[in-house]
Amino acid sequence: MDCNELVEVITDYIEGRLAPEDRRRFDTHLLECPYCVAYVEQMRDTIAALGSVDVNAIEPSDRVKLVELFRDWKETGQR
Amino acid sequence: MHGDAKLVDELREGRESAFEALVAHYHASMVRLARSFVASDAIAEEVAQEAWIGVLKGIATFEGRSSLKRWIFTIVINRAKSRGLREVRFVPFSSLAAREVSQAEAAVDPDRFLGPEAPWPGHWAAPPRSWREDPEAMILAGETRAQLARALKELPPAQRAVVTLRDVAGFDAAEICNELDIRETHMRVLLHRGRSKLRAALEQYLNGEPARFAD
Repeated sequence: MDCNELVEVITDYIEGRLAPEDRRRFDTHLLECPYCVAYVEQMRDTIAALGSVDVNAIEPSDRVKLVELFRDWKETGQR
Repeated sequence: MHGDAKLVDELREGRESAFEALVAHYHASMVRLARSFVASDAIAEEVAQEAWIGVLKGIATFEGRSSLKRWIFTIVINRAKSRGLREVRFVPFSSLAAREVSQAEAAVDPDRFLGPEAPWPGHWAAPPRSWREDPEAMILAGETRAQLARALKELPPAQRAVVTLRDVAGFDAAEICNELDIRETHMRVLLHRGRSKLRAALEQYLNGEPARFAD
């Protein structure tokens, strides 16, 4: 497997959709190519960043609205 | 999320701190999720707010058969879809998906690989550099996240929806195909293209232009 092919099949690899033979070729290439190792790490880091929680990413004004929303719900008997 | 069951109980008891904890944890992702179905940031924020109303109204009968996260995100998707449907010139995802998939697209600029005459055809000419010296700091830093959020918004719509559902919301392939009414073959291509673009955007931001090996 060369690097150009690796970057095209990486999503199937990460999702577990590669045929066993291609998976083997992918893993073998990673043993030989530190650049593709870096590429796979970058892809995994990107995916992890997408899924990670961002607790500060809410506008104070929106937070206030949500608190009011909660208090209204509570006052009307939690319905 | 750890302690979800406890938070659900506390929410049912009417504890504001439990609601705030859930908001802190999920709201940003809910807005991102809504954004892949509607036309503007403002509408996405409104959809997320409406979804919280749905969460509060439904919490009494939430049985915990699906995870809390999945349940909350499903509420968001349903609100976002009905909101999106009311917009002018609504195009179904199945059409957007087919259109986006029909054009050929490389995951990485072909210039970054060696050509057929080179000693190692198809190998890197301008390789990626590791950004892992301090991955936590770099990936989680506010500005990096902001860049990623911006790049996500700039994806073509079907790619944005698939990446958001898979990587922001954690839905599996079958659920995504069901929610968007797209074929699995299309879904896989869209996921690949979307992720590839986001990786490229982050690389550009963190590392700048990739250096070429001397020719």
